[in-house]
Amino acid sequence: MTQITCRELIDFLSSYLAGELPAESQILFERHLSLCPDCVNYLNNLRATIDSARIACENSSQSIPEDLVQAILKSHAADES
Amino acid sequence: MTAEESELVDSLRGDDLAALETTVREFGGRMLSVARQLLSNEQDAQDAVQDAFVTALRSLDRFEHRSSLATWLHRIVVNAALMKRRSLGRRPEKSLNGLLPTFLADGHATHPTPRWTASALATMELAETRAVVRSCIDQLPETHRDVLLLRDIQQLDTESVAELLGISPDAVKVRLHRARQALKTLLEPVFGTTTG
Repeated sequence: MTQITCRELIDFLSSYLAGELPAESQILFERHLSLCPDCVNYLNNLRATIDSARIACENSSQSIPEDLVQAILKSHAADES
Repeated sequence: MTAEESELVDSLRGDDLAALETTVREFGGRMLSVARQLLSNEQDAQDAVQDAFVTALRSLDRFEHRSSLATWLHRIVVNAALMKRRSLGRRPEKSLNGLLPTFLADGHATHPTPRWTASALATMELAETRAVVRSCIDQLPETHRDVLLLRDIQQLDTESVAELLGISPDAVKVRLHRARQALKTLLEPVFGTTTG
């Protein structure tokens, strides 16, 4: 079975994370990862990037200002009349 | 869809103003949060939410009970925010190339990748770190930031994002991977330098 380079692994890392790789490529990826600490670090940091982005955005405010509530209700009333 | 939601939709179809107020108060905050992610200006984000409710109320007859009300409104506000931005005109974009990894001729990475430490990542508990991460997301070019926000943050599937942005599913996948890689590079100074 052939080997893959760091470049080939990193170029398809999101497909690997999404479980979209064919079984044979998956095996090649895992073999490369078992031998290459740099690519393991890249994979872990990419996962941490995705998690950090999600946490950073999820923690933003989810309340609605009262004036926007009133504007929506008013605009609906105007739309109906 | 819950029985409570179904009842709410029926009331909205009956033009019940109290039901509209309930819907705005229950789902509006989340919708505004989504619009804020896609539009940097607060007024534009609020306008997009208002536009989304106008669209939703006019399209109630087409609402099918297969999805939840929250999912339906979510998709409508994403669309409204994207339309709002198109109406504002596209800004020139910076290239992502400087933020993507580079390789030697033999396929090895040009630079080693140090692993981010658990203690550095634990700083995500701090509001300050979360704000820095958000500012890094804002630095991504719009075409790539949209895909990252819709796929990784809003958790829409590839096909839905492709449809909303008018690009192919393969283009969504390519842009998502490049956006993640670029964001990872932008986050290096945040998570890559702390020891522990």
